[in-house]
Amino acid sequence: MRFMLLFSRQGKLRLQKWYTATAERDKKKMVRELMQIVLARKPKMCSFLEWRDLKIVYKRYASLYFCCAIEEQDNELITLEVIHRFVELLDKYFGSVCELDIIFNFEKAYFILDEFLMGGEIQDTSKKSVLKAIEQADLLQEEDESPRSVLEEMGLA
Amino acid sequence: MRGLAVFISDIRNCKSKEAEVKRINKELANIRSKFKGDKALDGYSKKKYVCKLLFIFLLGHDIDFGHMEAVNLLSSNKYTEKQIGYLFISVLVNSNSDLISLINNGIKNDLASRNPTFMNLALHCIANVGSREMAEAFASQIPSILVAGDTMDSVKQSAALCLLRLNRTSPDLVPMGEWTARVVHLLNDQHLGVVTAATSLITTLAQKSPEDFRTSISLAVARLSRIVTSASIDLQDYTYYFVAAPWLSVKLLRLLQCYPPPEDAALRSRLTECLETILNKAQEPPKSKKVQHSNAKNAVLFEAIALIIHHDSEPTLLVRACNQLGQFLQHRETNLRYLALESMCTLASSEFSHEAVKTHIDTVINALKTERDVSVRQRAVDLLYAMCDRSNSKQIVAEMLSYLENADYSIREEIVLKVAILAEKYAVDYTWYVDTILNLIRIAGDHVSEEVWYRVIQIVINQDDVQGYAAKTVFEALQTPACHENLLKVGGYILGEFGNLIAGDPRSSPLVQFNLLHSKFHLCSVPTRALLLSAYIKFINLFPEVKPTIQDVLRSDSQLRNADVELQQRAIEYLRLSCIASTDILATVLEEMPPFPERESSILAKLKKKKGPGKVPDMDEARWNVNGNTEHSENTEPTNKSSPPSLVADLLPTNRPRPASYSPTILSAGNMAPSHPFTDLLNMNSSPAAGASLLVDVLFVCKNNGVIFENQLLQIGLKSEYRQNLGRIYVFYGNKTSSQFLSFSSSVTSSDTLKTHILPLLRLLLTDLSLNVHTMPVDPTVEGGAQLQQILNIECLSDFSDTPVLNVQFRYGGTLQNIAVKLPVMLNKFFQPTEMTSEDFFQRWKQLGVPQQEVQTIFKAQHPMDTDVTNAKILGFGVALLSGVDPNPANFVGAGVIHTKNTQVGCLLRLEPNPQAEMYRLTLRTSRESVSQRLCDLLSEQF
Repeated sequence: MRFMLLFSRQGKLRLQKWYTATAERDKKKMVRELMQIVLARKPKMCSFLEWRDLKIVYKRYASLYFCCAIEEQDNELITLEVIHRFVELLDKYFGSVCELDIIFNFEKAYFILDEFLMGGEIQDTSKKSVLKAIEQADLLQEEDESPRSVLEEMGLA
Repeated sequence: MRGLAVFISDIRNCKSKEAEVKRINKELANIRSKFKGDKALDGYSKKKYVCKLLFIFLLGHDIDFGHMEAVNLLSSNKYTEKQIGYLFISVLVNSNSDLISLINNGIKNDLASRNPTFMNLALHCIANVGSREMAEAFASQIPSILVAGDTMDSVKQSAALCLLRLNRTSPDLVPMGEWTARVVHLLNDQHLGVVTAATSLITTLAQKSPEDFRTSISLAVARLSRIVTSASIDLQDYTYYFVAAPWLSVKLLRLLQCYPPPEDAALRSRLTECLETILNKAQEPPKSKKVQHSNAKNAVLFEAIALIIHHDSEPTLLVRACNQLGQFLQHRETNLRYLALESMCTLASSEFSHEAVKTHIDTVINALKTERDVSVRQRAVDLLYAMCDRSNSKQIVAEMLSYLENADYSIREEIVLKVAILAEKYAVDYTWYVDTILNLIRIAGDHVSEEVWYRVIQIVINQDDVQGYAAKTVFEALQTPACHENLLKVGGYILGEFGNLIAGDPRSSPLVQFNLLHSKFHLCSVPTRALLLSAYIKFINLFPEVKPTIQDVLRSDSQLRNADVELQQRAIEYLRLSCIASTDILATVLEEMPPFPERESSILAKLKKKKGPGKVPDMDEARWNVNGNTEHSENTEPTNKSSPPSLVADLLPTNRPRPASYSPTILSAGNMAPSHPFTDLLNMNSSPAAGASLLVDVLFVCKNNGVIFENQLLQIGLKSEYRQNLGRIYVFYGNKTSSQFLSFSSSVTSSDTLKTHILPLLRLLLTDLSLNVHTMPVDPTVEGGAQLQQILNIECLSDFSDTPVLNVQFRYGGTLQNIAVKLPVMLNKFFQPTEMTSEDFFQRWKQLGVPQQEVQTIFKAQHPMDTDVTNAKILGFGVALLSGVDPNPANFVGAGVIHTKNTQVGCLLRLEPNPQAEMYRLTLRTSRESVSQRLCDLLSEQF
């Protein structure tokens, strides 16, 4: 997989993950171009399209589009299920995930994606293994973080 | 992190883009001051601010600070700080950051920490950044982490994929070694997550060095076999919607596609069993109604079919695959229809399944008509193209043409190319081809690229039998008031060449043709107008009666003073040419275009370019090999050599001498095998005449092509063609040495009666018309092994008996070489054969009864007296061979007319062999004594 994008129906990019080195300017251009293409497609259309020398696999979940760019010889259907499994992971972690969860906890979304996909290849397909890794990390986080008062949080203490 | 959540809410509450930018700038200023402040920030604050920067960056704003703080976080001992530090670096750091050594240091510590969570973070970071500096620092270390016995499974998975990423970005830095064998054994690992990650790594590595990973085949087959035969619950969490380990199955099948079918019979049959099981399972009733179940199952099915196609060795599997895909063609899931069409495209290229694919033609055509999604229709077009062959080409081309009328603009050009290719490739008669292309231009003129209309012209010029039809059809097509400019180009070119073929019909008389073209002249672009001007000058040659009309047009201010320099120049030159050149000069200059050399269709090249390398050629090559169709044998060489005629050179015969490799009209020397560079291209099987200069007179009387001279340095070959009193000789000079010939020049000396001139550029022609013989404007240097081509145009003014001589001069290794060789131009070359009945023959024979008109000779046979050979020689001599004229069937009788500029000389001949005596008697009667004598001399030496 070359990259994965999450964007909303309004064309707001919520998450981007690039698995090959790409210049920032090119990234922006590609994102813009792809969002335009994908958002223009109708619901019953097929989830695959050819774009430049890549294949695009996308799926819409509620207000969010998940969009993967894969290479010529990659398997489209299994990529569709990569997306689905990622959604399942998010769902399980956040408990019925919605776009807001991903906005406010974007760093968590990145961590989950990293546990699931690495270098553009699937690292572990087991939901349990991935979530176990994330939960372990969260446990560490809670140990770290003693609760703070609101004033401290505002930097007023 | 409350502060972060508040900031995100603020941003979301911004009503306008400006408000958002304002809020962000305020925050950036705040963070900057915090980072620069005197008070040292604690880890938590740093983490919060770095997170805010990350968020701002992800909104699409540039971030140019905070990296240092992120590196600090990454070196922290607290997991959450480290995690955010790594995230920031992964997302924001470009490969050539000056911070890379600091980052590397942090990574190094984490890799050495033996804390699996930290190690994983470090490995993720390497994989995410994937820069060369990182590869240099860690590429040698990661393999040992991967294969070490005590590494945790999760770290193994990360290490495998990290290595995969580094191998993609800097393969030279990933050392192969003893670890490779141990990586292969990870395919046997207990942990399916490890196997999945390892399979990805091995596939990537095996694509680059298959030999090193050959042992993975048997392990992969074994693993696959265990998965496909397992009950769905066996694999617990690796079962996905009742499908056992679909990701791993797909990856294993991908790995196997790096290799040919296994040689070991047992292994091979085990793999076949696996594939059969997968095909069977796909046919079973679904275990779940969820789309995930069907997707996962079919993902494995499609990958299995990809492997079956890759192996291309099991006909039953291929046909089964095709049938199962056929069911998908009408599936209610758009995705499956799309993939089935795509997959069938590759199946169509296998000889085993091509016919099976063809049975679905109606479904595919229906898809083209009814699919609502353009990307699915595109696949249907691809599949129709792939399944096309002679048996269904008419249907497929017709369907594509009708689809083109409503096709999406985005894919029109590609469809046009495909239709053009299919129409040419499978044309049984060329009238269908011409109709198809003109239809293409009518339906989608804007999308018809130059390659397409160049190609139709090439084909019409090369196929005599379609020229009249083409002229008629374009003439009719041009009648439409709003015809496309591309049609005008084709029409202008074809009428300029072959308008005479339809000029007999008063409805398409010369003037009508001209008026039709000229009525559109003012509406079109400069290149088209330039082309039309060339068509007009061609008309002047074809139809003298419209000359004044056309001259008036050329003379008008809008032409002679046109602001466009090319148009102006053409108008001036053509006008001058039409005023000062005699009809026969005009006829020579404006002669019909010679045939184009056979070459790869430029359209195909264009399609390949459009589709990207690897897509079209593979398919087509396979297809054509299967059918044994070689008419368009694929040539992977770049096709710029064989580019179609440019507009500048469009209409005038490109008969100026130039290096052979630049000569598109005759042959492209670049395609010759270097071992025998010169003979092959002349299509001569005869051995070169030794000491040719003496024998040219005899050897070339009855043939037009061959080698006329050869020594250690130079070979001179000829191809010649004659029509009436005009002739054209292509002379090929081949440098047999490996060094240059310098100051290369040639000239022709001939009697006044034979006017030999070399046609240079049109412009030179205009000024130098009075010269009989030109010094040759060829490139004075001939590279070693190279070939030079020259064209001689010859006009016979009256009968003659001298043979012209070709003088060649050049410098080789310091010495001046002088070569004089007779050019085989004899009177009989200007023969036009005449057929006549026995009655006519004897009537004319009697008319030529004056003693001076007859020449007779009796001579001894020099060669075996073979009737067929004699027939061939008499025909080669240029006369028509008349059978049933002479009462004695053993005798040969011929008739023809010698054309010279001033007169025509009719000629009758009779050859009587006497096999017992091995003698011949040859009798010639012509209206002119000198002609009779010369022809008798020439012919009597042939037998």
